[in-house]
Amino acid sequence: MSTLIEVKDLKRYFPVGRSNFLGRHRIFLRAVDGVSFEIQKSESLGLVGESGSGKTTLGRTIIRLIEPTSGRIIFKNKDETIDIATLKHNELRRQWRHMQMIFQDPYSSLNQRMTVKEIIGESLIANRLASGDELDERVKNIALLCGLKIGQLRRYPHAFSGGQRQRIAIARALIMHPEFIVCDEPVSALDVSIQAQILNLLKDLQQELKLTYLFIAHDLGAVAYACERVAVMYLGRLVEVAVTEKIYYTPKHPYTEALMSSIPPDDPGLPIKKTITGEQPSPINPPTGCPFHPRCKYADDDRCRTEIPELYEVFPGHFVSCHYAESLVLKGALHQEIASGVEGAGKNRVINDLNKRRDKIIISQSK
Amino acid sequence: MAKEGHIKVDGKKVQRIDIATHRQLMWWKFRKNYMAMIAAGILGIFLIISIFAEFIAPYSSGLRNTRYLAGPPMSVHLFDAKGKFHLRPFIYGWVNKRDPVTLALIPVVDTSKQIPLSIFHRGESYKLWGLFKSNLHLFGVNEGMVNIFGTDQIGRDIFSRIMYATRISLSVGAIGVFFVFIIGLLMGGIAGYFGGIADELIMRLMEFLRSIPTLPLWLALAAALPRDWSALKVYVAILLILSSVGWTNLGRRVRSKLLSIREDDFVLSARLAGCSDARIIFHHMLPSFMSYIIVDLTVSFPYIILAETALSFLGLGLREPIVSWGVLLYSAQNIHALAEIPWLLITGLFVVIAVLAFNFMGDGLRDAADPLAK
Repeated sequence: MSTLIEVKDLKRYFPVGRSNFLGRHRIFLRAVDGVSFEIQKSESLGLVGESGSGKTTLGRTIIRLIEPTSGRIIFKNKDETIDIATLKHNELRRQWRHMQMIFQDPYSSLNQRMTVKEIIGESLIANRLASGDELDERVKNIALLCGLKIGQLRRYPHAFSGGQRQRIAIARALIMHPEFIVCDEPVSALDVSIQAQILNLLKDLQQELKLTYLFIAHDLGAVAYACERVAVMYLGRLVEVAVTEKIYYTPKHPYTEALMSSIPPDDPGLPIKKTITGEQPSPINPPTGCPFHPRCKYADDDRCRTEIPELYEVFPGHFVSCHYAESLVLKGALHQEIASGVEGAGKNRVINDLNKRRDKIIISQSK
Repeated sequence: MAKEGHIKVDGKKVQRIDIATHRQLMWWKFRKNYMAMIAAGILGIFLIISIFAEFIAPYSSGLRNTRYLAGPPMSVHLFDAKGKFHLRPFIYGWVNKRDPVTLALIPVVDTSKQIPLSIFHRGESYKLWGLFKSNLHLFGVNEGMVNIFGTDQIGRDIFSRIMYATRISLSVGAIGVFFVFIIGLLMGGIAGYFGGIADELIMRLMEFLRSIPTLPLWLALAAALPRDWSALKVYVAILLILSSVGWTNLGRRVRSKLLSIREDDFVLSARLAGCSDARIIFHHMLPSFMSYIIVDLTVSFPYIILAETALSFLGLGLREPIVSWGVLLYSAQNIHALAEIPWLLITGLFVVIAVLAFNFMGDGLRDAADPLAK
């Protein structure tokens, strides 16, 4: 496996409040504050965190829908290596053929005044890359691949349900055969019954077209189902990055532990243990030291209050930013079921998903 | 907003609503609003009046019926005094009699004399739009004059004058709205698109203009116009005065729409699709807020008409020989005129109807601008 995208110390600060007379701002919201990670070719990296943690900003900054304040975004495409952060306007427009985005809300991401065919084919039409029969053919092919019917291409978005709209949005993202796609909570606006369909579609497309995903979500079940690796974000920083099983079963960061404990058990009789208190602090005025220390039940010394922990590799492939990652004993998603002695703890949705995924991995490894 | 019915496309049955364009959806929604449809119909009639004022008015705006001064409206009859039905509508003749108390001459209806109305009457000659010579009028009489809304103090036909005034007042509205549209789009566009210092300056200017009480401002500007200017020059100047104050609402709307739409998901995805800036603005952004701007313009139409009417009513707006609704109402200012010639106020009825119609149509358009909202 080779690296497709390498993000180095990426920052995005938003000026807030009124500027002074010269247009200079004094106060900044640190939406993304020094994030580094890699995405391998053909993998999907999950990005989870509370709302307001900067997930969406990070996803949009990586494809430069939002300009980064500083940092590098290295895109390794076949034999050339590009720093997306420094591309000029025209080069960026060209680069967008290789990276696309699927938005959260399929009701606002489709232009109501265009037919489905025009929406899907917009890249080709706007750049005069195809017209007439060729355009029809290419739009049809991608639409079929995304589970749309040919007869629907003349319709307008208002004729479709949320799930179908998301299929249209996916087809639009794929028309230029990009390598990399940012999926910004692609199923969270959909009915639960539709979510699985769209997740499966994304997975099938990934296999068929060798796509690489950055999968932003707050539904931990969906992430467990869709992603090989997961990055956990808190207050503009990554606190933990590891393969999905590690994050869910053996988290090394207290925040990840708290997130995992928030997955509701399938049995409504089981108590939901509250393991995290308080609100996420404001990214305009983040706490000193470890950003998580005001809410962390293990933090009690000056080190947590004064020293910002760096993301480091605690085990091979397992990155954590916590001063005490090695000494803390934390509980994973399984904990509650096991502790309460429920028969067949695997009934939990997350665990089911994980088991399915594990079967798949075993099958693919044995091939 | 369910639109039932199917049509065949490429040999397949398709629901009509599924392939309906945004404009079609707007129309379907608009026509469900009966008040708005009636208002649109009334405005349609006003439009026809403005276009064909010379044809619909039996006389020119200055022609005097010297034998019928301050005469009351003549009613059009189908049945005569004996109850006999006439296929052709007619008016009664009149005779001028002295009032025994005031000794003033007053017209008295003479039922013994019937004057038939003729449709498509050949009468006073005119040049339609200053181009085509004609003498064809919608109606008229062969003998004397017909004044269905009566006459003013010096015997001018009020109906004809209202027809011409409708043209002028609506054109003031239309051209004023056009100026407002241009200035508002430009200023709002600059503020919203470039931001920064340009935005600050334009927003402060808008706030300044909005903070000035409008009526004194118009009065001051209108009073500053040289009295020796021709009526046409004054007309253009009044338009510019009204729209130079009136663009702020639209400017604000354009600015905020631009700012919010720029970050909308569908515009972002147009950027991702590699669209040029021009294509994003004209193909994606403009169409999606054009309908809101049209609503704004429809609603600002009556404000401009009312503003002009107010100015002219105060004697600072348009002047004879140009007649607008305000100019006509100017002559109904004194208590004497109101007591003796109340039919001068018919003009006010037209103003009220026009303003209400614009507001109702604006309401309908506002709902229709978002046709899929329940």
